[in-house]
Amino acid sequence: MGYEKTYEEINEKIRKGEAVVVTAEEIMDVVGEIGYEKAVRQVDVVTTGTFGPMCSSGAFLNFGHSRPRIKMKRVHLNGVEAYTGIAAVDAYIGAAQLPATDPENKVYPGRFSYGGSHVIHDLVAGKEIRLEAEAYGTDCYPNKKVDTVITLGDLNEAILFNPRNAYQNYNCAVNLGDRTLYTYMGILKPNLGNASYSTAGQLSPLLNDPYYKTIGVGTRIFLGGGIGYVAWNGTQHHPNVLRGENGVPMTPAGTLAVIGDLKQMDPDWLVGLSYIGYGATMAVGIGIPIPILNEEILRYTMVRDEDIFCPIVDFFEGYPYSKPIDLGYANVRDLKSGKITVNGKEVVTTPQSSYPRARKIAALLKEWIRSGRFELTRPVAALPSADANIEFKSIPERSPNGMNGRNRRDS
Amino acid sequence: MKDRVVCYFSAAQSEQPIIYRLVKNYDLIFNILKADINPQKEGYLVVELEGNRESYQEGIAFLRSLGVVVEPLSETVVWQEDICIQCGACASFCPTQALDIDRDSMQVSFDNSRCVVCGMCLDCCPTRAIQLHFDLREAAV
Repeated sequence: MGYEKTYEEINEKIRKGEAVVVTAEEIMDVVGEIGYEKAVRQVDVVTTGTFGPMCSSGAFLNFGHSRPRIKMKRVHLNGVEAYTGIAAVDAYIGAAQLPATDPENKVYPGRFSYGGSHVIHDLVAGKEIRLEAEAYGTDCYPNKKVDTVITLGDLNEAILFNPRNAYQNYNCAVNLGDRTLYTYMGILKPNLGNASYSTAGQLSPLLNDPYYKTIGVGTRIFLGGGIGYVAWNGTQHHPNVLRGENGVPMTPAGTLAVIGDLKQMDPDWLVGLSYIGYGATMAVGIGIPIPILNEEILRYTMVRDEDIFCPIVDFFEGYPYSKPIDLGYANVRDLKSGKITVNGKEVVTTPQSSYPRARKIAALLKEWIRSGRFELTRPVAALPSADANIEFKSIPERSPNGMNGRNRRDS
Repeated sequence: MKDRVVCYFSAAQSEQPIIYRLVKNYDLIFNILKADINPQKEGYLVVELEGNRESYQEGIAFLRSLGVVVEPLSETVVWQEDICIQCGACASFCPTQALDIDRDSMQVSFDNSRCVVCGMCLDCCPTRAIQLHFDLREAAV
């Protein structure tokens, strides 16, 4: 058995200020210089980072009570509705939620200038937010209306909880059609006019730990400029897909559900986005430390852009209508060069995920760990990995005839 | 013909129904892009005027005859670096590489001198960090 290090040993070094921490870019030079055998002993932590649009994000908020008390039935924050089907003054504001007054795509392509993600950004920035709540009134909660102004500091709790973030690998989107498409991958020009991609590549957290050997439930992470945790696998987590020899999935695969205290986050790392013709979404900053427990884990962190392949997907018919159109793969190194070749044609590339910001997150997390501010956690449970047997399901097509009221208690 | 112009009004001129006369007497189609007109104050109007060449020129001459200063509109694309998240989505839409990505750092930069104000970048920026500004005389802003 080769050299092994424990979480406890690494944390002990962090506490003493002796931990050797490098980013997922820097580790390549380190190993290049001193080789695996020395590097596995010398390096304690490799930091990763990603900063891209992640629609499946949002925050649980507790407003505290009005006088008299209220059981909120509908809540609007700056005109954007938050979900209230939970306790009296709890609500969940989703990043992709739009105000009822948004013209959407009625004038195509819509602008989607302000949505839930912008509310979250404004909250984190300490801005004043209009809170409107309506209720039907009960004996215990008689109030029927609240219309006031709040800030993040006025809330009891604000908990960022994102059900699906940090997708492990992602599609590269193109348009085989003859008209411009407005998608969640940005504007796609007709006739293979551009190829849009969204990955932090060699800095991406789950591409540096492809089998989730160190990233699991309870892993402490950089989240939105603060400290957060991996809560669970994300929705649509699908680890049992085709993988390369390096373990890197050849399609979108693993995902993470993450959680953290919004009150200690930073508006630089949770940014509201408006995708023309598509909707609102949020750029979320995530950085995950990878403890170098052994050489196997070190080897995974050596993943380079050229080792990562994204499936090329047509968004004219292929994606929206689930038509299998094989366009091959795009290499992340080529995507970052600005040009790839698709169907023999040279196509310019359009990034959606910010590589400079991903790099900054990896550097910030490195600094936090070096300064002793951030210790590593051993996962309390593993995420389903490549040996799982997860079926990627779609909505079944069944007739609802005769269902009326069948599952209701009063029927 | 169709063109965008900036009209600067004096306080007295802003009291007159100038646009009404432009439409009625010169049959010009107009689209107000930006305006700041207040009674008893100087003001300006950024307007797109469309009509046949002759009436367009007569209409402009009419404005000038009233003492309204009419100048061609100059627009500038402004890249707000503090709002930009450096995703780079804009660069592949820029025909002149005014918005450009350094391929080593993947850092986005904007070179105003190369910009032809085509406006392609405005729609593809998800943070709306790129904006179109109308250049106006200082006194009017």
